[in-house]
Amino acid sequence: MRQNTIALLSGIILGAGLALSGMTSPLKVLAFLDITGKWDASLVFVMLAAILVTMPSYHWILKRPSPVLAPRFYLPNMKHLDIRLLSGASIFGVGWGLAGYCPGPAVANLAINWKEAVPFLLAVITGGFIADYLLNRE
Amino acid sequence: MSTVFTPFHATLGGLLIGFAAAMLMYFNGRIAGISGIFHAGFRPGAKIWQGLFLVGLVVGTALINNWLDLDYPIRSGFPLSVLITGGLLVGFGTRMGFGCTSGHGVCGISRRSKRSVFATLVFVITAIISTTISRHYFGVY
Repeated sequence: MRQNTIALLSGIILGAGLALSGMTSPLKVLAFLDITGKWDASLVFVMLAAILVTMPSYHWILKRPSPVLAPRFYLPNMKHLDIRLLSGASIFGVGWGLAGYCPGPAVANLAINWKEAVPFLLAVITGGFIADYLLNRE
Repeated sequence: MSTVFTPFHATLGGLLIGFAAAMLMYFNGRIAGISGIFHAGFRPGAKIWQGLFLVGLVVGTALINNWLDLDYPIRSGFPLSVLITGGLLVGFGTRMGFGCTSGHGVCGISRRSKRSVFATLVFVITAIISTTISRHYFGVY
């Protein structure tokens, strides 16, 4: 119950941060990625500011035996680079660079520009299931 | 289409994003990776917290947009085919590569995961190439 409240609050704060930062505008995101055009460096400030808070916080939080409300930390246990990770990341990047949306801003845009967010998110869901189908066949 | 450089708002927004991620780890022990939470939300075993987190994301965005007079550009007339192709690739790639800008770019780098550092480098580079080609060679805006 309390974990659900935290998840809702964390989502609200993250959504507020995205909207304030301007990363909810695909035009600003694409203006960052379009390095040969009129470059908008705002996204660098968003990423660095976020990491500036999260990195020291994680350092301190992960020294605890467990989180405050859950029995353990749920962290990925894979450590090494592999083809699947890097192929997936490159495919994600191509899609991000085409549309200007990564998943967070796309969800946030249900509140700003749903006419783009809805078809984009439906495609994200579909792409995820296609990945499951193709990658779990082996 | 050019946009205005907004370092002050970008930094404030980034600090909030970082705070939200730290909070989710401190209390719930979870990574604030939006693609992971989003994909999981449509699969067997979806949890209520995942749905609430995503609802929160929309609510937080709506609140800020109503309270503050932000004039970030809203796009219209973007080709639907490009939007959907992008969405399919983002869905496929984040599922295959276990994360996106938030999961790898913010949370993964913050816990100094080698996988996330490389994933972030790779997706930023392919995104730059993709945007450059679609804008300057195909004129997609």
